[in-house]
Amino acid sequence: MKKTKVFNEAASLQHNARGLSNWTYFKRNHALYVLLAPAVLYFLIFKYIPMVGLVFAFQDYNIFDGVFASEWVGFKWFEQFFTMPQSRRVLGNTLIINLYQLFFTFPAPIILACLLNELRHVIFKRIVQTVAYLPHFFSWTIIYGIAFMLLSTKGVVNQAVIGMGGEAIPFLQKPELFRSIIISSQMWKETGWSAIIFLAALSGISPSLYEAAQIDGAGRWQQFMNITLPGLMPAIMIVFLLNIGNIMDLGFEHIWVFLNPLTYATGDVLETFTYRVGIGQGMYSFTTAIGLFKSLIGLIMVVLANTMSKRLTGESIY
Amino acid sequence: MRIKSSIGSRIFDSFNVIGLCLFSVLIMLPVVNVVSASFSSEQALTKSRVSFWPVDFHYGNYEAVMENSVFWNAFLVTICVVVMGTLTNLVLTVSAAYPLSRRFLRGRKPILMGILFTMIFQAPLIPTYLLIKNLNLMDSIWALFVPMACGAFNVMLCMTFLRVNVPEELLEAAKVDGMSEYGIVAKIVVPLSMPIIMTLMLFSAVSLWNNYMLALLYITEARLRPLQLYLYQLISQGNMMEYADVIDTATSSSPIGIQMATVVISTLPIVVVYPFIQKHFIKGALLGSIKE
Repeated sequence: MKKTKVFNEAASLQHNARGLSNWTYFKRNHALYVLLAPAVLYFLIFKYIPMVGLVFAFQDYNIFDGVFASEWVGFKWFEQFFTMPQSRRVLGNTLIINLYQLFFTFPAPIILACLLNELRHVIFKRIVQTVAYLPHFFSWTIIYGIAFMLLSTKGVVNQAVIGMGGEAIPFLQKPELFRSIIISSQMWKETGWSAIIFLAALSGISPSLYEAAQIDGAGRWQQFMNITLPGLMPAIMIVFLLNIGNIMDLGFEHIWVFLNPLTYATGDVLETFTYRVGIGQGMYSFTTAIGLFKSLIGLIMVVLANTMSKRLTGESIY
Repeated sequence: MRIKSSIGSRIFDSFNVIGLCLFSVLIMLPVVNVVSASFSSEQALTKSRVSFWPVDFHYGNYEAVMENSVFWNAFLVTICVVVMGTLTNLVLTVSAAYPLSRRFLRGRKPILMGILFTMIFQAPLIPTYLLIKNLNLMDSIWALFVPMACGAFNVMLCMTFLRVNVPEELLEAAKVDGMSEYGIVAKIVVPLSMPIIMTLMLFSAVSLWNNYMLALLYITEARLRPLQLYLYQLISQGNMMEYADVIDTATSSSPIGIQMATVVISTLPIVVVYPFIQKHFIKGALLGSIKE
């Protein structure tokens, strides 16, 4: 009796033995593969089959002929995109809004985290945090609703404008204000939430460093410059590189809900253009080509950012 | 530890507190403005007298929204999508993360690589759109959560968590005692990974609640419209057909008042739940920054 138990133990522990043939191994551990199967199937169907669909970019695809009968056209769509006047506008808008984000949206949470870190009153700190995180959970449609109220011709902002002797401004219809509105709404929604990662980095700095600095007579500004900022640098670097990696993505839902024909000139970006022309006008091959271009640039940027991150901080993003 | 603070330091502290107070007010004011508008009368709104307090306080806008079956239908669709989508997401994520967390699993590396690759290279919009179309998922509730039913990032998070928090010895011991892999998942893995499951569940629920892109792409039938698409059409497109009667008959309800009341009601579930789940979210946000 005892002997068989020992034998069973040895057998069951062998499920991960190296010497097993693939088939025996699979038979013993089939349950693990059964568990894995739904997700693998999911990724194959919903992530990889669309990648096969990238061939549309080199075809004159139409629904009736399908993938196999559609005519091959080489780089026609890429050429068409880069020679059309709209492409400069769309690429320009995408890059400019991204650069604005890098200049304004990116530093804001770092500053907020540093200021919160200097607070001594714990309860006050927690209240500010709770308030600041809240908008992160609002959808873009809700945020558009809020902006719509605030910026309508009867809204608070225009009441102030009129109060100062101006004329009501239709903010959401002004192309020259579109990007500012996008950036401000982004900051309103995400500054608090993005500060979390920097707050965590700040709380990871050893208090003994500050104590030693105080004994050496360093003031708060000196402590900030010599301890806080260097301690925060790796987190800043990583978040910065992640942003660089996402340079082609602006968030379709954000831009689209604010966009209207009057603001296409400054607000139409790759994602919204693809949606309008691809789904709206059924130009499937043309927009697949644009999408492929966008995904490739994205891939290159992520790999570049990762290499840079490895070299600068010793950490990789993926 | 601070022995004495200099005048400069105290001045900074006061400015810091004032600055952060202003910041919090700046976050809250737009919300207060919306709530005030939703409780104000049509006359007050059209004469632009509403700022941060309701003028001619009344519930008319809310009554109009409450009686609107189109709104409640959208609300219901969203609840269905959130429940079904979150469940699917959890089942797919956990059942994939467990085998991938076992180091001895043969073929683990290529499978993991295949999943992670989807994080850095996404297929463009149109091929995905045509796939959903060809699978006959257009105008079905499935289209609202299946395209985001499982994410590489979540699988990786969950896998890392299992590696750190579920000891290999425990799993081996369970096997020795004759427990099947399914038993291990149900009785050991799931109970031990409750924290990450909570976090994944909340993130999934919020992103499903807030998403309108999937509906914009795949839903044309009014009866399947989820809340966010309804809001988009109501406010961004100004589509207020179903309120024609309410607004025509000289009540104190106004288009913008009704729009704002809808915004408030749609945000309410999140605002009510938020204080209780805040710490799970923060934990989740930080988990994202921890790697293998």
